Amino acid sequence: MSYLRKILAIVWKDIVAELRTKEMFSAMFVFSILVIVIFNFAFDLRVSGERVRAVAPGALWVAFAFSGILGLNRAFVMEKDRGCLEGLLLAPVDHTAIYFGKMLSTILFMLIVEAFMLPVFTAFFGVNLFDLRLLLIVVLGTVGFAAVGTILSAMTAQTRAREVLLPILLLPVAAPVLIAAVKATAGVLDGLTMAEIARWLQLLVAFAVIFPAAAFMTFDFVVKE
Amino acid sequence: MKQAAEVREREPRAAPAPAIEVRKLVKSFGHQTALRGVDLEVAEGEFLTLFGPNGAGKTTLIRCVSSLTRPSAGTIRLRGQDLSTAATSLRQHIGLISHNPLLYGDLTADENLRFFARMYDLGDTEARIDAALDQVGLVARRRDPVRNYSRGMVQRLAIARAILHDPTIMLLDEPYTGLDLQAADMLRSVLQDLAASNRTVILTTHNLEQGLEMCDRAAILHRGKVAWEGPRTGLDLVRMKQIYRDVTRLA
Amino acid sequence: MERTDKREPLLIALTALSGVMVLVALYLALLGAPDANLQSETGRYAQRIIYFHIATAWVGFLAFFVTFVAGIGFLRTQNRAWDIVALSSAEIGTVFMLGVLVSGSIWARPAWGVWWVWDERLTISLIQFLIYVGYLMLRSSVEDPSRRARFAAVYGVVAFISVPINFIAIRMWRTQHPLMFGTEEGGLGPNMMFAFFFSLITFTVWYVTLMWHRIRLERLRDDLEALKQELVG
Repeated sequence: MSYLRKILAIVWKDIVAELRTKEMFSAMFVFSILVIVIFNFAFDLRVSGERVRAVAPGALWVAFAFSGILGLNRAFVMEKDRGCLEGLLLAPVDHTAIYFGKMLSTILFMLIVEAFMLPVFTAFFGVNLFDLRLLLIVVLGTVGFAAVGTILSAMTAQTRAREVLLPILLLPVAAPVLIAAVKATAGVLDGLTMAEIARWLQLLVAFAVIFPAAAFMTFDFVVKE
Repeated sequence: MKQAAEVREREPRAAPAPAIEVRKLVKSFGHQTALRGVDLEVAEGEFLTLFGPNGAGKTTLIRCVSSLTRPSAGTIRLRGQDLSTAATSLRQHIGLISHNPLLYGDLTADENLRFFARMYDLGDTEARIDAALDQVGLVARRRDPVRNYSRGMVQRLAIARAILHDPTIMLLDEPYTGLDLQAADMLRSVLQDLAASNRTVILTTHNLEQGLEMCDRAAILHRGKVAWEGPRTGLDLVRMKQIYRDVTRLA
Repeated sequence: MERTDKREPLLIALTALSGVMVLVALYLALLGAPDANLQSETGRYAQRIIYFHIATAWVGFLAFFVTFVAGIGFLRTQNRAWDIVALSSAEIGTVFMLGVLVSGSIWARPAWGVWWVWDERLTISLIQFLIYVGYLMLRSSVEDPSRRARFAAVYGVVAFISVPINFIAIRMWRTQHPLMFGTEEGGLGPNMMFAFFFSLITFTVWYVTLMWHRIRLERLRDDLEALKQELVG
């Protein structure tokens, strides 16, 4: 229980810091909107209907993934800058609590940004994104993405290249999340049944289970010299 | 070894295991070897100052003892327990003051201490935080984000953070570096408290005067080895300077 | 260092052997194997690249498996020897994976009329290649050798776990690759099997030879560095 309390302490600390600066949230949110704008230029989304429907799931997840990378980068660069990571490492708790704490706060920030983005998307793309199944897809996709992103961000924050390196390491590994999330989202927009998108959801669940487990076993090597 | 035995004679309590016991400690970073077989014992309640020129391995040793760094070889035992297996619970007893303040700039002093109180599972948080802030004289600024603090204030808060959980083993790595006069005084009084309350302390410094001030024993680390150690008794600054020069020039 | 010297003749022999085997495999693939039963003339010639293409892909993925195993070995023992194996295998794997992409494109042009299609195996090969590139970039971005080894090992493990998941995801996403066995059209006939498996063995021997050379090089580099440290003090 003490383990869980300490995980929550880390999440609480990240929330308090973010509420004070709002740096991460505003950067992620504005960036997401910019992604839509760029998609509009790139694919000329004036024509509504089929074309928009084809592009919307991809645009949605590109926006989520890229703004997620911004958040992930911040999460550990912030810990590294004043040597705060060492402060966490000194605490009498298994180091994996740091992983889960940072993962949870990243998931939380990503979900908040995504919650703001869904209505924006609905307005810009003219497709209805308010669907319980879609909510499930967003949560599962975000968890999987943050799960693998957190351990990689803990690494890249300690390298010379820092922010530059995270997307290069993360995107190939997280590709299944993006594929499954885009396909499942498209399925929902095309009005497929739950059974038809179930295999994509299974993939998202598998990813969201396997990677925290892998990170659990290797995280200590990432943070401890 | 001889000195540790003396300390034990002075305090004939039933505590056979020294608070800190370092055996044949080796730490290498690739082809660079920072520690080449360090043997060191610090008895419970003892205050050891570790002198040594830059690059002697002082910081690496402190990081190993504080469980931040995995040794390449050798063992570290704290309070009789092996650090490589019992690190998680042993960290409850370790306080570290280093070059980094280990504080969050976006949090206030209050929030920083509250966070660490939670990480250390401390009871009566409010009273502890009040006491710690009072001791370093930051009560008036407790609701300011740390990034608005001056360097001296940050250092003082770092001290408060390090002693918040009442550690029995204090590790101080060049704590005087970069402190203003006020913070240095504050640190000195905190150190005096620690020394008086039977804490085990290792202090590293290259400043002989500050290091000798309140130690029970002094040691010199040179090129990754303990090159000399001796009791404080009969050691004055002039003698220490002589020894330091001889040891670091030879070896 | 003496140990390396003693094994030197063996290494030279192995190098020579893999050289000869590559030449034989080349002969088998280009002349020895019968023509495929395909309609178009270009298709008939182009399919001969398959012998090398698949063998290259096999080594590309095998090398990453070795990097994964060596990564686990390193995390368990903190022994530099494992890190050298992981690094060597990743570097060789990168080159082979690039070979897969290039030979695949060369084949796709006459067979499908385009240089690239987002077919499942080409896509997974591309992602595998990018993972290799990320692995090497990560290594070059960390100064401290022990940290570099730790990070590389962790990434090797995490990325390797993602490969089968990637494969499943991409397979569910789309597939267009010709199946190599068991199908009538475009598959390998029994008398092509010999050439095919010979290439597979040849490339594996070649991989082992390259690994040996690369590991030896890294060890010599370590020895040199250690000598330098000794001289400087």
